[in-house]
Amino acid sequence: MEYFIQQLVNGLTLGSIYGMIAIGYTMVYGIIGMINFAHGDIFMLGGFAALIVFLLLTTFMAGVPVVLALLLMMIVGMLTAALWNWTIERVAYRPLRGSFRLAPLITAIGMSIVLSNFIQVTQGPRNKPIPPLVSSVYDLFGITVSLKQIIIVVITAILLSVFWYIVNRTPLGRAQRATEQDSKMAALLGVDVDRTISVTFIMGAALAAVAGTLYLMYYGVVVFTDGFAPGVKAFTAAVLGGIGSLPGAVLGGLLIGLIESLWSAYFTIDYKDVATFSILAIVLIFKPSGILGRPEVEKV
Amino acid sequence: MANVASTTASAGTELTARALREAVFSGLITLGLFVLFVGLETTQNIRNELVLNQRWGLLVIFVVVAMVGRFLMVAYAQPWLAQRKAAKAAAPDVAKEETFFSRNFSKIAIIALVLYPPVIVALLGVQGSLKWVDNFGIQILIYVMLAWGLNIVVGLAGLLDLGYVAFYAVGAYSYALLSSYFGLSFWVLLPVAGLLAACWGVILGFPVLRLRGDYLAIVTLAFGEIIRLVLINWTEVTKGTFGVSGIAKATLFGLKFDATKTGFAAMMGLPMSSAYYKIFLFYLILALALLTAFVTIRLRRMPIGRAWEALREDEIACRSLGINTTTTKLTAFATGAMFGGFAGSFFAVRQGFVSPESFVFLESAVILAIVVLGGMGSLTGIAIAAVVMIGGTEILRELAFLKVVFGPNFTPELYRMLIFGLAMVVVMVWKPRGFVGSREPTAFLRERRAVSGSFTKEGHG
Repeated sequence: MEYFIQQLVNGLTLGSIYGMIAIGYTMVYGIIGMINFAHGDIFMLGGFAALIVFLLLTTFMAGVPVVLALLLMMIVGMLTAALWNWTIERVAYRPLRGSFRLAPLITAIGMSIVLSNFIQVTQGPRNKPIPPLVSSVYDLFGITVSLKQIIIVVITAILLSVFWYIVNRTPLGRAQRATEQDSKMAALLGVDVDRTISVTFIMGAALAAVAGTLYLMYYGVVVFTDGFAPGVKAFTAAVLGGIGSLPGAVLGGLLIGLIESLWSAYFTIDYKDVATFSILAIVLIFKPSGILGRPEVEKV
Repeated sequence: MANVASTTASAGTELTARALREAVFSGLITLGLFVLFVGLETTQNIRNELVLNQRWGLLVIFVVVAMVGRFLMVAYAQPWLAQRKAAKAAAPDVAKEETFFSRNFSKIAIIALVLYPPVIVALLGVQGSLKWVDNFGIQILIYVMLAWGLNIVVGLAGLLDLGYVAFYAVGAYSYALLSSYFGLSFWVLLPVAGLLAACWGVILGFPVLRLRGDYLAIVTLAFGEIIRLVLINWTEVTKGTFGVSGIAKATLFGLKFDATKTGFAAMMGLPMSSAYYKIFLFYLILALALLTAFVTIRLRRMPIGRAWEALREDEIACRSLGINTTTTKLTAFATGAMFGGFAGSFFAVRQGFVSPESFVFLESAVILAIVVLGGMGSLTGIAIAAVVMIGGTEILRELAFLKVVFGPNFTPELYRMLIFGLAMVVVMVWKPRGFVGSREPTAFLRERRAVSGSFTKEGHG
């Protein structure tokens, strides 16, 4: 039983990270109906930005408190990733808006290749390990919970609340929801659609960058190919939860995290991704719109 | 007169001012984008710790290039383009005469391809031709064939498949495993590999029949990953990441391409060279690719091909007209997968070695990119896209002279995929409908007119 709960804790941690990335996918999909393939690489980019900030801090300002360091890493990571995602949207997606469905998908895949290779060229192809930032471990009724895991879950919870507030309670969020439902009508009613879409990309990138920072802190290593696997799993999470639905993305992320850690604990670790993808396929066969997604109404 | 001159002058200064503003703005953006990643480099020191290496000079170059580029763009390139566009709009429409070359493009291209190996051999000698036939000829033709195969699924039936490389893998491993365990020959296994891949296409097709659009995309992507992971982890059979090596070569009617007395070179009285085998492989893949094209063209004139295209344009209309969408989708998947399987077994026989490394998602993405960049459905466009994208990146391996410009540590190969990705974005933004943006309709009334891509829902092939 303790072993099971231990795995739940691990799965929850991993799931929080997936959930945060998944939100970026689901929001972009909801608003402009495209799979932003470069999003996983934005996550990796955020991790790298955090890594470089961490090295800057240790080189030039040794002895900075860990909390401040983490905060700085996150903020700089968010800014950098947001700027990148904003630029990518401007350069690669906006000119193709209103073009046929596959065109932005191809530029997104192209951008994903560009981002990971850009990091490989500028930062080198090797693994980038850092010394552990936080190492405290607590023992609660026989279950080991590390401070890292607590930080990840708490930060995820805080950011998701903020995010939920923005989307549901502010004029900006209203504009986003309006654009999602009907961008032409929203534009007629005075919503600046282009700006709303840009803001959506910025918000998604910021969340992904935080996820990247937390990922770096949790595993202590980042490499230029890191965008792909978490990116695909986060996208799987978004689809599993029902693409376009924000609570769905979080739920999907948590589910994927749980499936992954439980499968690795009770079966072979080799096939954990196979398990994840198979469950995705099975869910979609019985509920093609995902767990929380609205069923797609086809207009004739 | 003076008045007019002053307005143009003030417009000029206004333009320059705007260009300057935009230049500064893009400089700032570039600075923000690159300050961490170009200005600083993380490297390992002797004690294996990460340290930062500062490269501010490089960062300054990036920023300056961006600023100057943006300035020239706004001040000179954009007005010039606008002028040209206006001139074009003002000029009367002249019906374009079809030249002999454009009318017979595919025939000329096929003849050129057939003549390619002898010409290269004549120009560069037997050994010198190796690289050109292998790296350029065979490599590009493999992608042409894969893209034509995927075109059946994506371009004709409109089903977005992000896991096409799975069928390629099934074909490659079918040949590799069956030939090394049972010693069967290439010519027996080629159809077997195609059939197995087609079976997998149907197996994948069944669960995803109900899915549409992007859900389908993600499930096919997942399927591609599952196949790769199984290949990695099922080590007893597939030897995992080590891959299967020592795969038997293909023979020409029992004639082997080796150094023995009964080998091709000895029989023909030629000096031994591996180039003959490569030339043989070149013709083999050319034949396979042309078979794919032929089948595609013929199928499009059959009820099933028409059904695919109808399915792509409107599934509901299709169903109400009595087309069985289940079989239509499954046949599209199976046919596309079969050609993927053929290409896969060719890949295995060409490399003599297969490992899961060759079947990553990136390959699927590259194939899909070629299909879309070529203009979905247009076989010629896809072939052109494959030549540009694959040939272009292969050429980067040859650019040793750049070392003189950028210093001896410069390796152009490193930038291969970076440039490939950029090219994907640039071509797509420049020509969203692909290289060939119009196509000939399959069904027409009296007269065959080219249909602009913008009038069809998706792709246009």
